[in-house]
Amino acid sequence: MRDNLVKHLLLSCASLSIVFLAGITVTLFKEGLPIFKEVSVFKFLFGRYWYPTYDPPDFGILPLILGSLWVTLGALFVAVPLGVGSAMYISELAHPKLREILKPTVELLASVPSVVYGFFGMVFLGPLVQRLFDLPVGLTCFTASIILGMMALPTVASIAEDAISAVPRELREASYALGAMKWETITKVVVPAASSGIIAAVILGFGRAVGETMTVLMVAGGAAVIPRSVFQPVRTMTATIAAEMGEAPMGSDHYHALFGIALVLFFITLGFNLLADKIIKG
Amino acid sequence: MRRFKQFVGFVVLKTSVVVGVLFLFSLIVVIALNGARVLSPGFLLEFPREGMTEGGIFPAIVGTFLLSLGAVGFALPLGVLGAIYLREYAGGGRLVRIIRTGINTLSGVPSVVFGLFGLAVFVKLFGFGVSVLSGSLTLGVLILPVIIRATEEAIEGVPREFREASYALGATKWQTVKGVVLPAALPGILTGAILGVGRAAGETAPILFTAATFYTRHLPGSPFDEVMALPYHIYALMTEGTEPEHQVPIAYGTALVLLLLVLAVNFIAIVIRYRARRARKW
Repeated sequence: MRDNLVKHLLLSCASLSIVFLAGITVTLFKEGLPIFKEVSVFKFLFGRYWYPTYDPPDFGILPLILGSLWVTLGALFVAVPLGVGSAMYISELAHPKLREILKPTVELLASVPSVVYGFFGMVFLGPLVQRLFDLPVGLTCFTASIILGMMALPTVASIAEDAISAVPRELREASYALGAMKWETITKVVVPAASSGIIAAVILGFGRAVGETMTVLMVAGGAAVIPRSVFQPVRTMTATIAAEMGEAPMGSDHYHALFGIALVLFFITLGFNLLADKIIKG
Repeated sequence: MRRFKQFVGFVVLKTSVVVGVLFLFSLIVVIALNGARVLSPGFLLEFPREGMTEGGIFPAIVGTFLLSLGAVGFALPLGVLGAIYLREYAGGGRLVRIIRTGINTLSGVPSVVFGLFGLAVFVKLFGFGVSVLSGSLTLGVLILPVIIRATEEAIEGVPREFREASYALGATKWQTVKGVVLPAALPGILTGAILGVGRAAGETAPILFTAATFYTRHLPGSPFDEVMALPYHIYALMTEGTEPEHQVPIAYGTALVLLLLVLAVNFIAIVIRYRARRARKW
């Protein structure tokens, strides 16, 4: 009797994640949907102008979607080679003692708060990029991509490493027995065998980078226009929400539009996470 | 030729690790060198003065302390109980699969979306206002997956024989969980709680509209007061105000304090995990 009661109590605690997730979904719909009475879904998603405080206002989030996409793809250009390379090195080449040091180091990289990365980007990397490429401003899509890439690196590296470590030893031994060298074994046997895990790592890295807020808010420069070059300031969906929610009067069109952006963002990250989940489980 | 290829390949892999480590290193060095210049007992223990251009960051330290402790206080019991259900009570059924997908999805939700959720639900719907309470609850939801995962991992590490011995002595399931499994899993659970503190302390976007304020004259007197917080303080110093030549050094100091805090917390977690692994007699 008592055990049964306990069991139900525990079950309700376990279900809380679902409850919160449902709460988030309902909240986003409830506060986000009203904007679609003002603008059509199509105009919201593909409108080229985001002027929420003009009269009449423009609620087109295409520049923000493209801003997020550019910065995130740029981040993957940094995070994927470095992350997968690091994973290969840590699991295949590093001495066990070195591995014991490198793995916590990668974890530390993941634990640095995003606002600290953003700060570092503003005071160090931004000015460096500006001087190096002789630009009018240092806070650009390019700068944000580098920082964001370093932030996504641990995600990519740790999941790719799990996948690589899970490749059975017999496969490697068979490859050596056929006369293959270590490098050939890594590239032609281990990596193909771990490929679905590595792809999942890349997708999760994308999900992590596209949802990142403070770094892009501080480093990407913040211009809500469709980007034409990577050396231009851009503005992402996340940064827009963070920067404007404080000023948007509760219940206004602007407020609902920001929730509308969050809705789009939520479904993008949800889609990528479920996809990665599916790939990992096979 | 094959040897040369292998040599080049290894160098590339090594480089990718070096780049990551170097980035982390330079971030720490830049912030440590510049931050150390303003760090002093007064900086840690005084209130800000002259519109944030002088004085210390004491209220922000207190605020971050309260917020992350509140978050863990909320998420730890719920997360631990939930994890016990998933590991000890649930079979492999459909419900568990759904709960697990929920936990995974929750951990992939962008932090700014948590902020909106907190704003709509805790600040508005529950009427807690912009306050320590709203911020703690929002951060608590965010770190729930961290706690659940750490606890699950810890419980998983407890050998089956422990439970069987307990049953053999006539203990019920709940007695076994309470008296045998949880004590054995305690170091792992503690690690999870500590990681949760670190994560909550560094997050900015979730407290942006739920708890944080740029400046208060007083420490919070009740859970319904708004607070200053270290990560938000960095952001505000870099983006608001008109005297960057005075604000940036303070931001460096604040970033150093936050970085030290988060790294120390993570380091403690790593040490606890390592010690528990070595002290384990099974």
